[in-house]
Amino acid sequence: MAERTREDVLDDLDRVDRIDGAGSSGPDQPGEPDGSVGGPTPRPGRTRPPRPAGSGPVRWTLRLVAIGYVVVLVLLPLAVMLVRVFGDGLGAFVASVTAPEAVTSIILSVEVAVQSVVINTVFGLAAALLITRYRFWGRSALNALIDVPVSVSPVIAGLALILVYGQNGWFGGALAAVGVQVIYNAPGIVLATSFVTLPLVVRELVPVLEEIGLEQDQAGRALGANAWQRLWRLTLPSVRWALAYGVVLSLARALGEYGAVRVVAGNILGYTQTMPLLAAQRYTDLDENGAFAISFVMVAIAVLSIVVVAILRPKEES
Amino acid sequence: MADAQRAAGIRADGISKRFGDFVALDDVDLAVPSGRLTALLGPSGGGKSTLLRIIAGLDTADTGTVVIDGQDATRLPPQRREVGFVFQHYAAFKHLSVFRNVAFGLEVRRRPKAEIRARVHELLELVHLTQFADRLPAQLSGGQRQRMALARALAAEPKVLLLDEPFGALDAKVRKELRDWLRRLHDEVHVTTVFVTHDQEEALEVSDEIVVINHGRVEQVGSPNDLYDRPANEFVMEFLGPTTRLDGRLLRPHDIDVFADAAPGTVPAVVQRLQRVGFEVRADLRRTDGDQQTFWVQLTPGQVETLDLAVDTPVWVRPARRAAVIEPALT
Amino acid sequence: MAATTTTPVRPTRARAGRRPLPPGVLPLGAGSGLGLGLVTLYLSILVLLPLIAVVITSTEGGVAGFVDTLTNPAVSSAIVLTVLSALAATAVNVVAGTLVAWVLVRDRFVGRRLLSLVIDIPFALPTIVAGLVLIALYGIDSPIGITLAQTRAAIFVALLFVTLPFVVRAVQPVLEELDPDVEQAGASLGAGRLAIFVRLVLPNLVPAIAAGAALSFARSLGEYGSVTLISGSLPRRTEVASARMLSQIENDNLTGASVVAVVLLVIALIVIVGLNLVQRRAARRG
Repeated sequence: MAERTREDVLDDLDRVDRIDGAGSSGPDQPGEPDGSVGGPTPRPGRTRPPRPAGSGPVRWTLRLVAIGYVVVLVLLPLAVMLVRVFGDGLGAFVASVTAPEAVTSIILSVEVAVQSVVINTVFGLAAALLITRYRFWGRSALNALIDVPVSVSPVIAGLALILVYGQNGWFGGALAAVGVQVIYNAPGIVLATSFVTLPLVVRELVPVLEEIGLEQDQAGRALGANAWQRLWRLTLPSVRWALAYGVVLSLARALGEYGAVRVVAGNILGYTQTMPLLAAQRYTDLDENGAFAISFVMVAIAVLSIVVVAILRPKEES
Repeated sequence: MADAQRAAGIRADGISKRFGDFVALDDVDLAVPSGRLTALLGPSGGGKSTLLRIIAGLDTADTGTVVIDGQDATRLPPQRREVGFVFQHYAAFKHLSVFRNVAFGLEVRRRPKAEIRARVHELLELVHLTQFADRLPAQLSGGQRQRMALARALAAEPKVLLLDEPFGALDAKVRKELRDWLRRLHDEVHVTTVFVTHDQEEALEVSDEIVVINHGRVEQVGSPNDLYDRPANEFVMEFLGPTTRLDGRLLRPHDIDVFADAAPGTVPAVVQRLQRVGFEVRADLRRTDGDQQTFWVQLTPGQVETLDLAVDTPVWVRPARRAAVIEPALT
Repeated sequence: MAATTTTPVRPTRARAGRRPLPPGVLPLGAGSGLGLGLVTLYLSILVLLPLIAVVITSTEGGVAGFVDTLTNPAVSSAIVLTVLSALAATAVNVVAGTLVAWVLVRDRFVGRRLLSLVIDIPFALPTIVAGLVLIALYGIDSPIGITLAQTRAAIFVALLFVTLPFVVRAVQPVLEELDPDVEQAGASLGAGRLAIFVRLVLPNLVPAIAAGAALSFARSLGEYGSVTLISGSLPRRTEVASARMLSQIENDNLTGASVVAVVLLVIALIVIVGLNLVQRRAARRG
């Protein structure tokens, strides 16, 4: 790449950055994309020397405003909640998260999340392969349709599912005839969760698959590997990290979905009550600390997933 | 050269710049005469770009002063230095047309519209881009983009024009064309110009004066011929062209005379390898006396024929009479 | 490759197109055809049919039913409140998100990476937890004495919380790719800091900002979990459209809920298409 020719100013400034980096911000590298959850993946850009956002007062003002905004908006309330979780002591917290309804809600959430993530992973892989490797009529429509859940209110998602699979819905009668109840039951929760987590795996895979292209696959074909072998031995290993964070993102999202699940679950205590539904229920029942306690479990899962993604993401570069 | 002319150009005195432990510039003095085309030549990482950027105000020196056209510019922000700067990778304003790119400096100075239009068209004519005025930079070739960048830098009539590896991102042919074109352009506009390059051929061909910079220091200043014929040290000699070593002395391979028979001052050698590259023949030789030292000589195919050279042919060699020679250090 | 300045600013999914098959692309075969069938079936069952059902159901009351639903004071004020809150939150995001992205890319300070991680928290946090987190700080017994519970301000803050990452994460990669020489060229041509930002940097960020704003607006329009508890969902005062739909669903007024849903979908579509146009126009010039 001709443009990466290093004339000396870039060399010089790179050196500054190395020195700065060692002195102040530790692991920061210029141009290294930060781990981000769900956002567009930053391309591994050319390494450019970072340049100050203006000098002196302007730079400090911008920095303080940005940090202040994020801290006040996100970190401060989060910290306050974490403090209040243990407001009644550790014993109360433990009792609160081990109460029978809490345990069943955690189990249900995990079951639902695992099922919908498995379904969406298989679907996501197939859809991503179709979108990146094939050209067919309706491809753009398919591509657009996958993004729809992002822009649709979760309540609309739940409503839409009720209209088709509810008792009086399009297929409700037929399903009831064969003894399947979807709405106000676990399958409905799985459907609603799958709806909202639909795009996550696909959107992680598509850029990576576009990047690796078809050459690898064609080389495999020339060497006599069949489609199945090419998928397992060539494609999957090259997208494993993208797939991994797609799955982590989906899991985190699936465990925490509230709106869509609320609509289809009916909130039957100990039966269709997931963690988020329990948290809301407790808050409505004026058990604020109980709501914070179960929320703490979800915060822990969320933070864990962010950290996992942040650790996984840079590996893609190498 | 008149002192007044020197004062009107660029003076940088005692410039030092460190990036942490790395010394980019070490107490450098530079005087660029007014109206001339000066090259800052040196290897990558030698500090020449940093010096150019300090003159432009894009970097600040740790110590030292910069005087542009008689005015102390050391503390001036780049906006007020009245320099035109051309970047290696064009730094085109992608979202603006060629016209608006060139007009930018005039627009931010709030010049009247009519004046801007006239000036931009004049410049586009100068850089042969008139018919591309409404295009976007993305629709131009690399060479065209760099000419646009030049017109843009010249638009607000800067006191000095600074070019940072201006042809570095272009392929060899376009590079050569633009080089000639820059020379002609400068002969037309006469603006004090400094350009940074690591290509000695470019510097020798285009500039009135060359400043060789290495390891943050000025190695030598002079006209292209001065530098080529009278290099101050081994570094300058080696950087400006091919060299070889005979009797410990550094000299140019075309400055060695080759004879078929012994002559006064010659030493015996034998041909080890002959390689023809276009109009030049590289002859690798080995001395057959003393330490069997190897060296090489640049010959023409005609000379090879006259001397009837082939591998293992014995010859006698000596430095040409007016050869540029760096004597071995006295150690 | 002399690519330097031609990098398109549009993010990933720009290339659909009716061009002839580009290299590295296959026509459908038997296996992939079957795959396409299954993928389409799944999408139809999960997304397409249900959404079509919403549209059809919304027409069940005819034009009169549609109008009746929308002129219901609780419905109309919920929709107005939702749209205005979404617009306000998106406007703040455009400014704050761009600023945060700028600081993340161009500034270097201890804790920058931590800041970057914190920005992702709203993405990863379940919406109901986001609501409870805000209640912990701004609830009835607020430790800092600022009670936003059951106010419209609470809705605004909740929307800012959950949409924080959209503009930041859209702008960040574009800013990283931006050639710093361009700003220096602007400076040496005499442009001040503000002129450089407005005339040289911002035009390159517009497509990314528009993309982030579209996501942020769509999300705000449909937000429920983070808003419902802290706003108290008081009809005609602090009830957002999603909360209104839910209460309609719970009262078995599926037709009414579908009407609201269709209106929301149409508004989202208009804004997304509009911002997409902005994006395209800006991208075409790059």
